[in-house]
Amino acid sequence: MPNTMSLRASTRRIHCSKLLHPTTYLHTRQTPKVPVGWRQCRAVASTASAERVLFPGALNSKFTNEMAFIRPSTHKAIPTYRVMDQYGQVINKEVGVDTEDEEALTLYRNMVCLSIMDLLMFEAQRQGRLSFYMMSAGEEGIAVGTASALDPSDVIFCQYRETGVFLQRGFTLDQFMNQLFANKEDLGKGRNMPVHYGSKELNIHTVSSPLATQIPHAAGAAYALKLQNQQQSDKPPRVAVCFFGEGAASEGDFHAALNIAATRQVPSIFICRNNGYAISTPTSDQYRGDGIAARGAGYGIDTLRVDGNDIFAVRRAVKEARRIALENGGKPVLIEMMAYRVGHHSTSDDSFAYRQKVEVEDWKRRDNPITRLRKWLEGRGVWDEDKERELRSSLRKKVLAAFDKAEKMKKPPIASAFEGVYEEITEEQKQHIEELRDILQRYPKEYDIDQHEGGIESLSQLLEKK
Amino acid sequence: MPPSLSPVRTLSRCLLRPQSPIHPRCQWHPSSIRQASAAAGARLNGTVEFDSTPILQHTSRAALANPELPPDVRNGQTKRINLYTAVNEALRHALQTDERVLVFGEDIQFGGVFRCTMNLAGDFGTDRVFNTPLSEQGLVGFAIGAASEGMKPVAEIQFADYVYPAFDQLVNEAAKRRYMSGSTGYNCGGLVVRMPCGVVGHGALYHSQSPEALFTHIPGLHVVIPRSPLQAKGLLLSAIQSNDPVVFMEPKVLYRAAVEQVPVDAYHLPLDKAEVLKSGKDLTVVSYGTPLYTCAAAISAAEKDFGCSVELIDLRTIYPWDRKTVVDSVKKTGRAMVVHESMMNAGVGAEVAATIQEQAFLRLEAPVKRVTGWATHTGLSFEKFIIPDVTRVYDAIRKTIEY
Repeated sequence: MPNTMSLRASTRRIHCSKLLHPTTYLHTRQTPKVPVGWRQCRAVASTASAERVLFPGALNSKFTNEMAFIRPSTHKAIPTYRVMDQYGQVINKEVGVDTEDEEALTLYRNMVCLSIMDLLMFEAQRQGRLSFYMMSAGEEGIAVGTASALDPSDVIFCQYRETGVFLQRGFTLDQFMNQLFANKEDLGKGRNMPVHYGSKELNIHTVSSPLATQIPHAAGAAYALKLQNQQQSDKPPRVAVCFFGEGAASEGDFHAALNIAATRQVPSIFICRNNGYAISTPTSDQYRGDGIAARGAGYGIDTLRVDGNDIFAVRRAVKEARRIALENGGKPVLIEMMAYRVGHHSTSDDSFAYRQKVEVEDWKRRDNPITRLRKWLEGRGVWDEDKERELRSSLRKKVLAAFDKAEKMKKPPIASAFEGVYEEITEEQKQHIEELRDILQRYPKEYDIDQHEGGIESLSQLLEKK
Repeated sequence: MPPSLSPVRTLSRCLLRPQSPIHPRCQWHPSSIRQASAAAGARLNGTVEFDSTPILQHTSRAALANPELPPDVRNGQTKRINLYTAVNEALRHALQTDERVLVFGEDIQFGGVFRCTMNLAGDFGTDRVFNTPLSEQGLVGFAIGAASEGMKPVAEIQFADYVYPAFDQLVNEAAKRRYMSGSTGYNCGGLVVRMPCGVVGHGALYHSQSPEALFTHIPGLHVVIPRSPLQAKGLLLSAIQSNDPVVFMEPKVLYRAAVEQVPVDAYHLPLDKAEVLKSGKDLTVVSYGTPLYTCAAAISAAEKDFGCSVELIDLRTIYPWDRKTVVDSVKKTGRAMVVHESMMNAGVGAEVAATIQEQAFLRLEAPVKRVTGWATHTGLSFEKFIIPDVTRVYDAIRKTIEY
């Protein structure tokens, strides 16, 4: 169609020269003259006098004759929502906090328990008694606060620094220790690295090491919940919640997940723990936008930035997010929880190689979720130094007791190395199990078979099973 | 497309086919161009005729004689359909019988670029059959999440060539989900990832690949490749029913070309069995998917020319695969050959050959021959030189028999 081609080419040329013409800039209110040919062309999609563009890719966009690039630097940063200040004072007394004293005490005890467990396990790893550990220091409020504001039936996907979620939901100290020691009572059957907890009973999916892979899982799980919410009107509706760090948000899976969550309108809450570092990488090397929250709107997702050291803000934000997520069948919500990673990334990391010790000490002293809630509790007169000392010493004893118990327990059966790859053991696996059994029988001194529950017998039992 | 079809019929089919200009990938018509490019004097290459090949069941009676079909299906009716229609019928049956089944992927809703999901969105609603954003890692991750919460998602990757963005999700998450979750019981067993694979005559680098060998190196995944409409329907239904994640690869050149009698009723075919398509006593040829047609043509020419008898085995399930059927066959014939489209190094043929060597060493009378794609990419104009054709399989049979 040569006519159309030449028409489009010429109008485009006219349009360009129009833009270059100074009057276009000086009198922005004046409607630029649109060439007749162009008007006819556009009439297919819109009327000549329409204010809206009506391109299918951006239906709500209006025309402008002012060429103004959107400059992120000129926008104000998204504010950080908080309920109480760092001295534990509630800022808006009229609104107050919607947490009863008793519940606040429970949250406080759980946060302290988490921090004590973290310190002891960190030490245990340093003594070589654990292979690996990751602390939650500085982020206890995010995990504990979020879990406390959700329904126990809501499905949670974690990254790895959300031990507080498990604790708040009722994962016992024994269960934590069994996982850390990968002993025979470990729900993961001794297959995963420490801190990769999981519990179907508590509706928390097992943690896996690859970063951000859990974000699209949460979107898919939320879609499943959405259909189940529709089908089972007798049961209360549920949401899926997903945690990830600001570093993980650079992965393609983050983009994929938020986009698909928005297009499928799933009831999910995406919670970013922005603690300033991804191992050694500061946020300035991670992104140049206004954090993670600024991306939410780009996906068409309701978004909030919250002070992660303020457990009341965390709880209120999550409660409201849950309400929004279930609106009209479902829609995703993004919350960016601001925090500071007080501890090292993991026991395999010495963070003072890339940040000043004084910076960490400063954060520890200035503000953290535990001391902030403690100040609030003291302000209410429900907490004091004696209670604090008593709590800490009793928690320490409990953790150490669970630790000793788990450390003494046997390892899982060797059969667990093969089971669960598929629902059934394959023929190929049977052959491999037989070969392993043969090796273990002929070289018994080369292996610590007796450490494992059932010894070599577990392999024989697996082979007999069909 | 069989050369016997008149040009007029070809044209009218082409016009009837719903066209969508949304995406350039939609312009794909998997018709076999290989016949058209056959050399003028060719005796071997260019003889793969879909309307007479022994690989396909051309009569209702032959289709229903399959002992793997349950008795009620064997007493039922059949219908002559092509492979994409068979996939469509399997999906339709799954959606109808199990409300947990979801079908989604890129451009699924209007019927799919290969028509495999035709009319499903209209009949089952866009809650269960829907388009996803153009993101392979996203849609596979989404499927894993949905499967982990009890759904049975059948996700589609538009071309196997584009599965790599989802590789992490398939390898690190889908395959390991049950294992890493231990006794908590979380798994994504309901997951099926469908993807069109293989050469199509003009697919070049990114519409021709067969990445099955990459998935056979992953414990936890089933990898299935059907050879025909009847197989596709039964294997896909088994894949959806399976409690393990399944990578289901559909040879796209067969979508329209392979037409056979397929039982109207639903049925399941086993996910752990190879099938002996033709018995013989001098040589075992192991293959799967499209090359089976090449093998059948080469075998018939070779048997005529050399007076030998060749056994042909379809692996069907590429991993975990049926070692016993293959090894038993080689123990009988003493010679073996593996044929596949993807390249030789660390391909499926390497595993099959190694297993034969290990388990039938004393019976082998010749080295196990591998006829595969060469160690290169599928350059647009070179496809016919790269992918195993009838001549190369014929010649490999000759060399192995004469060794």
